[in-house]
Amino acid sequence: MGFEIDRTVCIGAGTCVIKAPAVFAQDPDDGLVVPVGGGVPDSPEVRRAAEACPSGAIVPAP
Amino acid sequence: MPESLPAPAPLSTARPRGCPFDPPAELGALRDRHPLSRMSYPDGHVGWLVTGHALARAVAADRRFSSRQELMRLPTPRNGVPAGPLPPAPPGMFVSHDAPEHTRYRRLLAGRFTVRRMRALTERVEQITAERLDAMEGEGPGVDLVVAFAQPVPALMICELLGVPSGDHGHFQRLVSSTNDQNASLEEVGAAMAELGGFLHGLVLAKRASPTDDLLGELVGEDLTDEELTNIAVLLLGAGLDTTANMIALGAFALFTAPEQIAALSEGPEAVDRAVEELLRYLTIAHTGVRTALEDVELGGHLIRAGDSVTISALAADRDPAKFTDPDVLDLRRDATGHLALGHGAHQCLGQQLARVELRVALPALFERFPTLRPAVPADEVAVREDSDIHGVYSLPVTWDEV
Ligand code: HEM
Repeated sequence: MGFEIDRTVCIGAGTCVIKAPAVFAQDPDDGLVVPVGGGVPDSPEVRRAAEACPSGAIVPAP
Repeated sequence: MPESLPAPAPLSTARPRGCPFDPPAELGALRDRHPLSRMSYPDGHVGWLVTGHALARAVAADRRFSSRQELMRLPTPRNGVPAGPLPPAPPGMFVSHDAPEHTRYRRLLAGRFTVRRMRALTERVEQITAERLDAMEGEGPGVDLVVAFAQPVPALMICELLGVPSGDHGHFQRLVSSTNDQNASLEEVGAAMAELGGFLHGLVLAKRASPTDDLLGELVGEDLTDEELTNIAVLLLGAGLDTTANMIALGAFALFTAPEQIAALSEGPEAVDRAVEELLRYLTIAHTGVRTALEDVELGGHLIRAGDSVTISALAADRDPAKFTDPDVLDLRRDATGHLALGHGAHQCLGQQLARVELRVALPALFERFPTLRPAVPADEVAVREDSDIHGVYSLPVTWDEV
């Protein structure tokens, strides 16, 4: 199982970059999340990022 | 069957005697039995109070609960504020707007407060911190940590970032903290806001005439009216002045009461990051928030009706044993992920990455420069901001051994 990103609800708080810097970055223009390597794997860091995300932008993939 | 709840009660605000960092005892007791309970508001409204972590998070994340000021009721009586409805927040004061207005302002600003951009300020924060520590050393031993260190470091940084002349940051600081003071009269708050707004309006006009290389200078290039820009400036300056400063001072005070923890600040960058998150959680200085239901919402086995106000005790939630083990213990080595100290949902703190940079520079540097730093008065004589929306200390006399 991996995770998906919903940029429509992202508010650019940057919490995911703090929790999983190897996986998430922020677009320098609007601050919204961009996955560093394309996909978002399941890992303890990513799960922490999903928990810390204020806007529900990191969701388990169906 | 919804469980029956205790009769509605006003929000308890008095901290337990001798425990200036802990939530009011009544809130802890409620949380453990009724994490969602009825609350009576100063205007006579009977609404709700959330003290449990999971429910607090759920309310803050749910867009059916509004942040609009004209729908909100004050959770505690405030000197001179009439019991009637509050006026809507003006354009640009987006902490009190919902989508889509909120989203528009937030999108405009988020790119300017990213982790990367705020971390790029680290060296500058280090310089400002070192200068203040030098000044303390010259002046002491024996200074008020609030005035000598906790206030100027974030103040100089936010002023520089926004492009606000910092010469008189002490004066701004007093204006902003009076707007957070529940004992300040309506006239005092109005006068403070008017002075701050008037000053920043003048600054916005000056930047329109000749744009400068700073945040406000950049924002004059965006599609914003003078009124919007002025209110954004008031919000950012206010939030930047009266939050991190209280975290630094209250953080130092908390560390004095748990001196065995201070070593964690010298255990490398990751340990410091963890320590900062734990201090945020443990102190949760922005302790109380309010939302209003826009429609009927079922929550925790109860029906919250459209129009009901919901007060969120972020402080009680961040001490929820269902979420954090031994929640009343300050443990700088724990993983405090999920705390609500910076809020949750669409309004979670815009300036959080700046606050993190400031805290992780300022606190370790303070204890590194003065390894014998200690309070100069007994803990129970420290003047705590009991009646403020943002918790902290009014002053913190400290001393150290000269080498
Ligand atoms: C440790 C220090 C800080 C704490 C504890 C803190 C806390 C918070 C909290 C709890 C909220 C959510 C309010 C709500 O949900 O209604 C918030 C929002 C906000 N904070 Fe901070 N804050 C801090 C530092 C800063 C700084 C340095 C800035 C300066 C840029 C800032 C700017 C803002 C803004 C603009 C908002 C409104 C965000 C929105 O409505 O989308 N904060 N802060």
